[in-house]
Amino acid sequence: MMDKPWNNRAWLFVLPVLALVLFSSIVPMMTVVNYSLQDSMGVNNFFWNGDAWFRDLLDPSTEIGARFADALLRTFAFSAAALAVEVPLGIAIALCLPRRGWAVGISLVIIALPMLIPWNVVGTIWQIFARADIGLFGAALTGIGLPYNVTQDSVSAWVTIVVIDVWHWTPLVILLSYAGLRAIPDAYYQAARIDGASRWAVFVNIELPKLQKVLVIAVLLRFMQTFMIYTEPVVVTGGGPGSATTFLSIDLVKIAIGQVDVGSAAAMSLVYYIIILTACWIFFTIMTQLDRRRDA
Amino acid sequence: MARITLDGIGHAYTSHPRSDADYALKPLHHVWEQGMAYALLGPSGCGKTTLLNIISGLIIPSAGRLLFDDRDVTRLPTEQRNIAQVFQFPVIYDTMTVAENLAFPLRNRKMPKAAIQARVAEVAAMLELTPDLHRRARGLTADAKQKVSLGRGLVRSDVSAVLFDEPLTVIDPALKWELRSKLKAVHRALDLLMIYVTHDQTEALTFADRVVVMNDGRAVQIGTPEELFERPEHTFVGYFIGSPGMNLLPARISGNRAYIGSNEISLGAAYPTLTETTNLQIGIRPDFVTLSSTGGAEVQVRRVDDFGRKRLAHVTLGGLPLVATVPLDMPSVGTAACVNFDASHVLVYQNDIRVEGVAA
Repeated sequence: MMDKPWNNRAWLFVLPVLALVLFSSIVPMMTVVNYSLQDSMGVNNFFWNGDAWFRDLLDPSTEIGARFADALLRTFAFSAAALAVEVPLGIAIALCLPRRGWAVGISLVIIALPMLIPWNVVGTIWQIFARADIGLFGAALTGIGLPYNVTQDSVSAWVTIVVIDVWHWTPLVILLSYAGLRAIPDAYYQAARIDGASRWAVFVNIELPKLQKVLVIAVLLRFMQTFMIYTEPVVVTGGGPGSATTFLSIDLVKIAIGQVDVGSAAAMSLVYYIIILTACWIFFTIMTQLDRRRDA
Repeated sequence: MARITLDGIGHAYTSHPRSDADYALKPLHHVWEQGMAYALLGPSGCGKTTLLNIISGLIIPSAGRLLFDDRDVTRLPTEQRNIAQVFQFPVIYDTMTVAENLAFPLRNRKMPKAAIQARVAEVAAMLELTPDLHRRARGLTADAKQKVSLGRGLVRSDVSAVLFDEPLTVIDPALKWELRSKLKAVHRALDLLMIYVTHDQTEALTFADRVVVMNDGRAVQIGTPEELFERPEHTFVGYFIGSPGMNLLPARISGNRAYIGSNEISLGAAYPTLTETTNLQIGIRPDFVTLSSTGGAEVQVRRVDDFGRKRLAHVTLGGLPLVATVPLDMPSVGTAACVNFDASHVLVYQNDIRVEGVAA
C-alpha cells in the first residue's frame, strides 16, 4: 500500500468525456432549469421567480395550466391509440411472416422500409396523400362519401396522425416480435402439437409469454417516441384544426418560440422530461423484474 | 395401445435423394410390439431422432409406410396419431402451474374435469411432483421442469406409444438413475409401448427390453441387451456397446484356428462357409481376454487401468492394440506377459458382419 505510486493518468482519458457531457447535456439542461426559476424582461435581465412558473403550469385553472393539461391529455391519448394499434398489429404481422427460405429476407426488407424514411418526409408524403383534392387517400375517402378533411375535421386529423404513426413505426414492433418468435425453440411447437394444443392455445401459452420481454422493449420505445411526437402533426395538420392535434411538444414550441414565454416553456419542458423519465424508469423496473422472475 | 410397424420407412432431408448417402435414415422394416420398452441407441447424427420424429409425425418420411396396428398413419398429422413425446430439453408452459401443465394434453382432448384431476394427481405422485403441483412451472429447476415434461408425456393413458428423445440429458447424474428406474417402473405399471432415444449405452441397456443400435442411418442390430453384449452382429455394435468396446483384430482363419501374425488362437467353432479370406476380423470382449504370467501368446503391456473391482491392461499383440482383463491375483504387470482368449467368446466377422460358425 505504502509504495503504490500516484498515477493520475486516467484523468486524461476521463476529462475530455466529462467536458463533452458538460457542454452537451449539463449546461443546456441547467440553462432550462435556470429559465424555469427566473423571469426576464428581456435584454439578459433576469430576476428570481421561485416556483411560480411550475405552480401556474400545474394549476389547470390558469390559462397556461389549462393548456398544458389539455395537451398532456391529448399526448397520452395519442400514445395509447398508437400503441393499441401498433402492438397487436405488429404481433399479428410477425406471426404471418415466413419462417425460412428466400422470402424471409425480402419480407423483412420491405417491412423495414418505412422506418428508413425521415419524419418530415413522412409528414410531407402524407400531407399530400391526405389532401381531399389531389391526394390519393383523401380523394378516395371523399370519393366514397366519407366526411374526410384533415384541415377542418378533428376526427379526420386524429385518424390521419395515428395512421401515419402506425404506418411509420409498426415495422419496429414487427421486427422485434419476429426476432422474439424466431428465438422460440422448435421443440415448443412440436410439444404443443403432441399435446393437441389449438393455434390459439399455442399463441397464448407459448408465443405470448416468450414474447413478453421484446414486447416490453417495443412498448417502451413506441411509448417514448409517440409521447414526443412533433414533426408529423406539424407538417400535416399544423396542430389543428383548432388545437385538436396540438400535442405537448408542439405546444412547447409554440410557447417558447411563438410567444417567447421562456419561463413557462422551461417549466413545461422539465415536467415533460420528468414524465418521460418516470415512464422509462417504470418500464426498466418491469423489465428487470421479469428477468429476475425468469431466473428464479 | 398399439403395435407400430415400420414398412420400409426411410427419410432424406434433401428433396430429391439420389444415392444411399442422401438418406438420413435408410429404409427400415421393424415392428414395435405393444407393451415393450425399446431403446434407440447410437452416436449423434445416426438418425435415431429422425426415426422418432417420423413415428410421432413431426416428420413425414420420404419412403415407406407407417402402421399403427393395421391403420396407415404415414401422412396423418401428429395431433391425430395419439402419440406422446418427451424432448431433450424441458418444454413447459411458462404461464401455467405444474398441475395445469400436466393437465394441458388432457384438457385439449376435452376430458372431464374430475378425470383430469385424478390422472394429474396420479402422474404427479409417480414423479414426486405432488408438493409442487400449485407452483408456477417457470420458477422450477431444470430437473423439475424435465419431470413436468415427462409427466405430460405420461399423463395420457390411451396413447399408442410414448417416445423419449434423450430426456435425461439435462438431469444431473444422481437423479438420472432415480428417474430412469422410475420410468422403468412406470412402464411396467402402464403397459405402454415406449421408445427411448439415447446415445448413452447404460441408459439404453438398463431401460429397454430391446435395443435398436443405429449407425449412419441404419439399424445395425436389434436385440436384448444380453444379445448385444454376447453376440454383436456387426463390428459397430461390438465397438459401441461395452466400455471399453470389443477387441477387433484382423486375422486369417483356417479351420477352427485364427492367426494373428504368427500367433495362433483357437476358436470355439469352425468356419467352413468362409470362401474368401479378405476383410476378416476376430472380435472378443476384454472380459474374455485374460492376462497371465505364463502360457499363451506373448504381448507387450502398454498401460494398466485400475477400476477398483477390475483392472484392464492395454497391450499389443503382434503390433495390434488389445484390451485384456488383469486377474486380481496377478500381483504386478511386467513389460512382457501372456494373453489367453476364451475360445467360446471369440467371434468372427467378415466385412464387419458376424459369420456363424459350425461346432467343431
